[in-house]
Amino acid sequence: MDAILLQVLNGLDKGSAYALIALGLTLIFGTLGVVNFAHGALFMIGAFCSVTLQRILNASFETISETEKDFLGNPLKVKTPYVESWFGPEVGASIIDWSVPLAILFAIPIMIAIGFIMERGLIKHFYKRPHADQILVTFGLAIVLQEVIKAFFGANPIQTPAPDALSGVAQLGEGLGLQIAYPIWRLIYIAFALLIIGGVFAFLQFTTFGMVVRAGMADRETVGLLGIDIDKRFTTMFGLAAAVAGLAGVMYGPINAPNYHMGMDFLVLSFVVVVVGGMGSLPGAVLAGFILGILEAFASTTWATTTIPGINQIIIYLVAIIVLLTRPRGLMGKKGVMED
Amino acid sequence: MLGLNAKDMSLLIVVAILTMCAPLILNPFPADSAMAQFNAGYPDLMQKFVIFGIFAIGFNILFGLTGYLSFGHAAFLGVGSYSCVWMFKLLGYNVLPGIALSVVTSGLFALLIGLITLRRSGIYFSILTLAFAQMSFALAYSVLSNPKFNLTNGETGLQVYANDPQWFHNSERLPDLPHIFGLSMRATQKVSVGGWEFQFNTGYYLCAFIMLICFYLAIRIFRSPFGMMLRAVKSNQQRMNYTGLNSRPYTLAAFVISGMYAGLAGGLLSAVDPLAGAERMQWTASGEVVLMTILGGAGTLIGPVLGAGLIKYFENIFSKINDNVLHGWFSFLPDGMEDLMVTLIHPFVGKGWHLTLGIIFMLVVTFLPGGLVEGGQRIGRMLSRKKSKEADSPASTEPAE
Repeated sequence: MDAILLQVLNGLDKGSAYALIALGLTLIFGTLGVVNFAHGALFMIGAFCSVTLQRILNASFETISETEKDFLGNPLKVKTPYVESWFGPEVGASIIDWSVPLAILFAIPIMIAIGFIMERGLIKHFYKRPHADQILVTFGLAIVLQEVIKAFFGANPIQTPAPDALSGVAQLGEGLGLQIAYPIWRLIYIAFALLIIGGVFAFLQFTTFGMVVRAGMADRETVGLLGIDIDKRFTTMFGLAAAVAGLAGVMYGPINAPNYHMGMDFLVLSFVVVVVGGMGSLPGAVLAGFILGILEAFASTTWATTTIPGINQIIIYLVAIIVLLTRPRGLMGKKGVMED
Repeated sequence: MLGLNAKDMSLLIVVAILTMCAPLILNPFPADSAMAQFNAGYPDLMQKFVIFGIFAIGFNILFGLTGYLSFGHAAFLGVGSYSCVWMFKLLGYNVLPGIALSVVTSGLFALLIGLITLRRSGIYFSILTLAFAQMSFALAYSVLSNPKFNLTNGETGLQVYANDPQWFHNSERLPDLPHIFGLSMRATQKVSVGGWEFQFNTGYYLCAFIMLICFYLAIRIFRSPFGMMLRAVKSNQQRMNYTGLNSRPYTLAAFVISGMYAGLAGGLLSAVDPLAGAERMQWTASGEVVLMTILGGAGTLIGPVLGAGLIKYFENIFSKINDNVLHGWFSFLPDGMEDLMVTLIHPFVGKGWHLTLGIIFMLVVTFLPGGLVEGGQRIGRMLSRKKSKEADSPASTEPAE
């Protein structure tokens, strides 16, 4: 029982990352009809937002200590981050410690801006072009973004630790007689993902803006004829999707140290998730993300890998192939979307 | 001649002359001059030019003609590489059985994958092929290298060991490296003329010869009724189905043919260097052949070969340019300017050459959807218009909707 629940948690954890990226991909696809191969790069940029913030907060000046000496007897140079000198050592230290959660605030405007620039500067020109061209140009963009990040931050992974208070292990289900030890940050990641997904759905469902966007997804031309500038709203949705991917990246930093190709690694899987969920279906993307995450977690158990060796590596692709061949529109795909 | 019209024949002859003289043409700078680093006429790189040329020609038969964008072609390349090395391990170092088997196995593999993936089209097809390729990569990397059934040798890569059977190998008479009837693939004839040094390599000429055959076959496919059918699939598959033609056998045939080309390229990669690794199957490798084909011009005959050559050239040459070289170039400028220029160019060369590649690729997709070949045609048309002031109407391939 404990083992099963542990795997479910593992699956939810991996699945939340898949679901968040797939949600963004589907938002872009559903609104703009563009297949965005650069979405993984947005995830990666999000993770590097928190790296940047960490570097900014750690920016420090050197003073020469008058009392302390180093082992050679020279005066010791002490590095003090600016934040510590401004807010006092304790507050400053805890600001640095909490840099990943703070990076959420830092990343939102940056990611939205990047999304706007991408859509207005590049993707706008590709609406009328074939899907193959859209795939190709965003694939090129993904390479460029990845290489820019590599040029600035190097090729090695950079640690972005979670705050001390949240980096421990939580004991779950003690009252129910279960013994599950699980890292707190991963639990937070699951909760955060659910919050974001809920937020996006609420935004689409309960605001006028969201209503217009949904109407535009259903029939873009008619909404345009009603005198609504649907393009502007779709651009906003692109920014939103970029922000969702970026936040997924920010929060993923403490789980896996960000490196420049993490986006590509996730992108392939996220595409599979989107296709399994059904192109253009938001609930489908989220559902498929969690299902595939959980399946992958169960396939990674020793029992599964000894029964069928290597199943953990291929389970997602295998499921995708089976789903696509039996339910061509994916789990929750709608009729008429990408039916060429 | 050979069933080609005059224009195609001259194209084939030009390509044949260029590939046969490549060791001369690609070495325009004397060996000890400062520009020698731009020479591409060394065997390793020339082999890559023609091998990836074959890969891209094959990919173009699928993507250029039918419009099916496969993101998993590297799987066939990998299968071909593994088959070839297995022939080395079992039979001996003669490359011909290896190359033959790599074509056969990759063809069968492509048939299997094509039967499943071609049930869908568009983006679904891309993702299905991607899924299959990633699956093959994962399998080759981990499962198929377990001690009981070691097919791929996992992370180390498949290679020939001293205790392999090699039934037909005679180490007294034959070289202990891949060879063709006793002539080692690494045998290089160096010819020095003045300051120039030219290298004529057996492996290169074998690959170049095979590439010419592949190129000839590709021309025949392009000009055949079969090629016409494939173009019909690209321009409007629905309409084709309504006229009572089942397009599946045609697309499947194209898929298998392009898979065999990829397998052949993989086999040749193993033939010039008998080591096959799983990373050849990774999706970045599939992406690379897409880049090559698009950059050169999808759907054109010569485009993919051009694209493959350019990308491999830049990969090898651009990545060699470091800061010292840049300082050397700009040393005529005043100091401040020199440093500024070096800092500006630095991110785009050396380790950052992928950035240049990405930018060029984006520009090509955006402004030149027909690739470099279309660029050349446009320039040619501009020049001829200036001469004759006659507007020619380019044949449009857009569906008439």
